[in-house]
Amino acid sequence: MIHLFYLDRVITIIVLSLFIFSSACADDFSSARKKLLTEIQLDVKRTGFLTGKDSLNSRVVDALDKVPRHKFVRPGDEKYAYENRPLRIGYGQTISQPYIVAIMTELLNVDATDKILEIGTGSGYQAAILSVLTKSVFSIEIIEPLAKQARLRLSRLNYDNVQVRMADGYYGWEDEAPFDAIVVTAAATHVPPPLVNQLKPGGIMVIPVGSQFLTQQLMLVEKSSDGTVRTRQVLPVSFVPLTGAH
Amino acid sequence: MWLQGRSINTPPLLAIFLISAITLAYEVLLTRLFSIIQWHHFAYMIISIALLGYGASGSFLMVFQNRLKAYVSYSLTANIFLFAISSIGCFLMAQQIPFNPLELFWDRSQWLWLLLIYLLLILPFFFSANCIGLVFLCYKNKINRIYAADLQGAATGALVVVIIIYWFFPSDILRIIASAGGVAVILATINQKLNPKVITLALVTIIVPWLLPNSWLALNPSEYKPLSQTLQITDTKVVSEKNGPMGLLSVVESPTIPFRHVPGLSLTNPLEPPQQIALFSDGDGMSVITQFKGDISTLSYLANTTSALPYHVLHTPNVLILGAGGGADVLQAMYHQANNIDAVELNEQVVALVKNEYSIFSGDIYNQNNVQLHTAEARGFLASTTQRYDLIQMALMDSFAASSAGLYALNESYLYTVEAITLYLQRLTDDGVLSLTRWIKLPPRDTLKLLATAKQALLDLGVSNPEQHIALIRSWNTATLVIKRVPLSDNEIQKILAFCKKRSFDLAYYPAISSEETNLYNVLPERYYFDGARALLSSNAEQYFDDYKYNLKPATDDKPYFFNFLKWQFLPEIISLPAGQGLPLIEWGSIILVITLLQALLLSLIFILLPVWIYDRKQNKQARENHFNTFVISYFILLGAAFMFVEIAFIQKFILFLSHPTYAIAVVLTGFLLFAGMGSAYSRKWTMPKAIKIAIAGICICAVFYLIFLSNIFHWFISANDIVKVVLSLLLIFPLAFFMGMPFPLGLNLLAKISPETIAWAWGINGCASVVSAIAATLVALNYGFTTIIIMALVFYLLAGLFFIKKCQ
Repeated sequence: MIHLFYLDRVITIIVLSLFIFSSACADDFSSARKKLLTEIQLDVKRTGFLTGKDSLNSRVVDALDKVPRHKFVRPGDEKYAYENRPLRIGYGQTISQPYIVAIMTELLNVDATDKILEIGTGSGYQAAILSVLTKSVFSIEIIEPLAKQARLRLSRLNYDNVQVRMADGYYGWEDEAPFDAIVVTAAATHVPPPLVNQLKPGGIMVIPVGSQFLTQQLMLVEKSSDGTVRTRQVLPVSFVPLTGAH
Repeated sequence: MWLQGRSINTPPLLAIFLISAITLAYEVLLTRLFSIIQWHHFAYMIISIALLGYGASGSFLMVFQNRLKAYVSYSLTANIFLFAISSIGCFLMAQQIPFNPLELFWDRSQWLWLLLIYLLLILPFFFSANCIGLVFLCYKNKINRIYAADLQGAATGALVVVIIIYWFFPSDILRIIASAGGVAVILATINQKLNPKVITLALVTIIVPWLLPNSWLALNPSEYKPLSQTLQITDTKVVSEKNGPMGLLSVVESPTIPFRHVPGLSLTNPLEPPQQIALFSDGDGMSVITQFKGDISTLSYLANTTSALPYHVLHTPNVLILGAGGGADVLQAMYHQANNIDAVELNEQVVALVKNEYSIFSGDIYNQNNVQLHTAEARGFLASTTQRYDLIQMALMDSFAASSAGLYALNESYLYTVEAITLYLQRLTDDGVLSLTRWIKLPPRDTLKLLATAKQALLDLGVSNPEQHIALIRSWNTATLVIKRVPLSDNEIQKILAFCKKRSFDLAYYPAISSEETNLYNVLPERYYFDGARALLSSNAEQYFDDYKYNLKPATDDKPYFFNFLKWQFLPEIISLPAGQGLPLIEWGSIILVITLLQALLLSLIFILLPVWIYDRKQNKQARENHFNTFVISYFILLGAAFMFVEIAFIQKFILFLSHPTYAIAVVLTGFLLFAGMGSAYSRKWTMPKAIKIAIAGICICAVFYLIFLSNIFHWFISANDIVKVVLSLLLIFPLAFFMGMPFPLGLNLLAKISPETIAWAWGINGCASVVSAIAATLVALNYGFTTIIIMALVFYLLAGLFFIKKCQ
């Protein structure tokens, strides 16, 4: 019996330790997230003269603060979740660098009533950020396992205003069109005409250009109120002027 | 005691020949394997470091030579055996390491994985070098013949691997190499009169590689390569694979979610392209074969890319397409009612696919009445024809990802040099157009360099006002440059303006353009392309070259690194950017080259100095002085560097002449090694100081003669048929390589007399120097050109000769 008594105490100690450990972890993530946010805001300020955005909207900051990035990375990678770097998520895909997610979200200029389409759900992190900012997010993922995982994850984390489906992003989401903003994270050699059609006049589409681990520039497709379309390239890096500055 | 060394008079020349052949084949194969599973430039880095196994071997033999010599037969056979099993085993283990080069600058653990790969892949080269070094040590009076067998084996390996790579997949060639190692064990066993039981072990080595499950040898490409990512899409599958020296070509179908590969398509284009089949080379560089059922209207989207511009300036032109690939540009020409189309494509596997397996799918485009297909290298084709064209169109031949990351920096390209553009312009009709399309990069690089190259070519052709002959337009991801030998007319400019306006393409340059006309539809933070074009076409171009943060100076045939954009002085500025923001701006090719060089130098220093330090602790002062003499270090470093510099520089010169890069390398490398082997064997006929004088004089005379006259000789024979060109190349290589084969065995012969215990060390030093020099040669060529490399090599040879003569005295 004496053994059982000790066992009981041991179990209690283990449970308590786990609780304290998990609380500590939560605190760690919280402080790490705050630190990352400060870092991102500094980078946004540094690159403001290129992106046209000197600072992040408080709603975007709030969304970045609320969404637990460590729950969108692969098990074992949680400790890297609040480093300002892309991370592998499997299937040849990555969760983007937090700075890129922040500046893309800022450029989308999301309103609380906007309807947003995302092409390339990936881990679901970008969709979760958008879901905090607006009423409805529609996200399309071409890789079936990723679509299933993201749907499950977003549902489990109560991002109920995000709909994920496995489909060909080229045709957009006709039933829910038009959209106020579109994010396209899937590589393409050209902008799919159906997506341009599904963008509301005055709407904006953001497309990161570059490899999985190195976003080189952000391309904005802007549809004016008369329906004409133009693109704008935003360099997310502070490497100008190109000549005469040295 | 069959393990004990015996006094066998004949060195195992056949075994040395075979082990050299399969080691060189293995080196080529590893480069192919790592190009498939990783990327070519990382393959280059990994294999370069692995080759330092030669240096490690020299050091190992120096330290353990007495013990090894006591059991020489056993040591030799064991090392061949170890080479055979490590050639296959180490690759299989290396493939299991989760190394992702894309994360090198994000994740420090990647450096550890890389180190582990190095350690594994050094082993086969280490064992192979041990075999040759041991034979040098034990047969000091046969050094010339051993070195000759080594070089001739390597020559055979270089030739054979290029041939068998057509018939076998890389994983099967790995089995062949391991089995050939088993054959080498048998040859050594017979030569060394070892216990016949060893032959049983050899037979096992021959058979076992073929019993390994295919799944073990299946290549496991990075999940971040475009092919791997494409295969994640539902129902997408590789329907066939074709292997060849230019790469592993994978044919991919995606029936559920179609490919829609149309670079530079206008935002105003409403049409979806027809069904496509994707082609990947080494899992990268996607191109497509587009379905064509005869209805030309299905191709109308091809009128909405920037590359369609010249068709809107010309009327039913005679077209030459360079880099026709899967046929997209041919379809574009057909859509625009080109009168006649000559399509040039180097990759015969792609040609075969379009002409045979997918002839119905592709609309049999290469067999149309007005289409002539030429399987040839673009410059070689143009050099051999006198025909003139209304339009010469050069397609996008690289993928956006590789291009934008600067990964081609180390690749020589003779298609974008001043001499190449001059040749293209010379093959135009009087009113013809040269059209070049490139990916858009920000900040701009290749398009502006191409524009500067075009200007230089026009100037070289005697045009006094090149700014009147050029127009540049762009979409959001491609730019098209059109160049004429005569000034653009007002009518043509009006057509260009109308073409761009209709498709929302931006004008970047045309004669008399104003800044207000630019940067309207695809808006950049600044008018980079307009500002760049205007500056480069003005008299202030030199100032612009100096100020710009990337290298925009035109490439030439002597310095054919069009894709080398890096300016080292701006690298600290890029690296210092926070949060890894500078990483996308780095031109990785050059950086990887320098990282490889630094690693190789560090390892070489360790391999060269450490063993001597260990060895000499046990020796007396006299012996120490005897070992650590400047002659061994200087002479063999200089020789290693000089040989590689000359070989690399002349391979490049012959590539241009022979047109086909793969065959050129095979012919030139085989020639060099074979004739150098003959020189080595012949050199024993001369006495010591005389021999080195003859060798160095021979090398210098040949190299200087070629520096002066080689381009003239090539010019006379450029239109000769391939066989004549190959024979001529071999004849030209013969005298130079023959003399180059002499200094190394002469040096070892000298050591055999004055300091025999340093022979293995010298072998290792030479190995290290060869590896480091091969990397350094590329770095010098990038910045100073191949002529400089040859001059440097001659200085090295002269210095080596002086050291030799001084030592003889």
